[in-house]
Amino acid sequence: MRHLIDPLDFSQEEIMNLLSLADRICADPAAYQNVAEHKKLATLFYEPSTRTRLSFEAAMLNLGGHVLGFPSETVSSASKGESVADTIRVVSCYADIVAMRHPKEGAPLRASRYSRIPVINAGDGGHQHPTQTMTDLMTIRRRMGRLDNLTIGLCGDLKFGRPVHSLIKTMARFKNVRFVLISPEELRVPDYIIKDVLEAKGIEYKETRSLEDSMADLDILYMTRVQKERFFNEEDYIRLKNSYILTKEKMALAKPHMAVLHPLPRVNEITLEVDDDPRAAYFEQVQNAVYIRMALIMTLLGLPDPKAPDAKEEH
Amino acid sequence: MLNIDEIQNGIVIDHIKAGTAIGLMDLLGIKGNRTASVALIQNARSHKTECGRKDIIKVEGDSSWLNLDVLAYLDPNISVTVIQDGKAIKKEKPQPPKRLVNIVRCKNPRCISSIEEECDQIFELSSNGKYRCIYCEQELQVKPE
Repeated sequence: MRHLIDPLDFSQEEIMNLLSLADRICADPAAYQNVAEHKKLATLFYEPSTRTRLSFEAAMLNLGGHVLGFPSETVSSASKGESVADTIRVVSCYADIVAMRHPKEGAPLRASRYSRIPVINAGDGGHQHPTQTMTDLMTIRRRMGRLDNLTIGLCGDLKFGRPVHSLIKTMARFKNVRFVLISPEELRVPDYIIKDVLEAKGIEYKETRSLEDSMADLDILYMTRVQKERFFNEEDYIRLKNSYILTKEKMALAKPHMAVLHPLPRVNEITLEVDDDPRAAYFEQVQNAVYIRMALIMTLLGLPDPKAPDAKEEH
Repeated sequence: MLNIDEIQNGIVIDHIKAGTAIGLMDLLGIKGNRTASVALIQNARSHKTECGRKDIIKVEGDSSWLNLDVLAYLDPNISVTVIQDGKAIKKEKPQPPKRLVNIVRCKNPRCISSIEEECDQIFELSSNGKYRCIYCEQELQVKPE
């Protein structure tokens, strides 16, 4: 049985197949409206999330399936002290597939070890968010036409921003990808990403404090929000939350075909005037996320693709 | 020079970083053993260490209960000598195990292993030779003090 806990659980070939399936769904959503008929998705959200939970639920409903679950820890048995291991064993009896978000890092991995059904990590603390990564990859590929030969700038909270960690790990597998890591000192990329991913694979990267100085080099600018919920100390949050704000003036420094991505929600790190810039791709990401989650549910459940090409996938 | 009787049968854990053997005894499981005959030598003179001092632990008799897996992760310089009938019959440097299970706890308060009931504490050797928690990937920092 397959799970998606870490973006590296899928090989490069499997990722490309997933992206291609998502593209086919995007091209003809109606063809997929019954492929998951009678299947049930459980959304176990121990941490509030509007976007990710609704996106998973929309994906399953678009496939003709059903959804059940809980939207926060307070309305689950976790509030009575039930372990993740026990919860997943119970839910395995009710559903065919699970999407789990949890504030503790590694909770979906723990769940997958006790589960009888596929588990999708829908975000575990500040650790990983693999379906966001697949969405990011789909958006980058659709915008740039490739996933290699790219300079990717990541800006803001690179310490607790889980989409950042997942994206670096995954993009590091593609040829000739360079990273520009733009953050305040306190929110730098964790040591394990630097040592085990970038340095271990000999990938070119640069750490900098200046967004302006980096803009001209970037093919992709991945903006992130400084997340209040990741700080134990509110003073630190207030001090750092306005570190980087993307404005029209900064966009003027960028390449004409650069794409701006953001996992959303944003607070103030991208000004509203940037939304009208054709390089703003963050609302496309939201739509792509639904297609990717539909493709992922189909893949993990082994559901047949009504639009599968006869020929073998091209990469 | 401090003299400790040589053991006839057992093991000698040598070249332990000076001042760390007491913490090491806990990780090896010596602290919980109430029957083994154990000698701890702290700050013994050493020509091989930079500070000129080392710690030594000698365990008399059966040593199969000792959790020697932790040694290589704690300090690559540590050596283990097996003594039989008063003679050293084997001297080796322990190899780092691929996994450490329930030997040390993950210190990351955001890790699921910090709150989940009966969750094994598992660290795996990563490609750069460091141990990382399998759940949160935090690097293992614990060293015996």
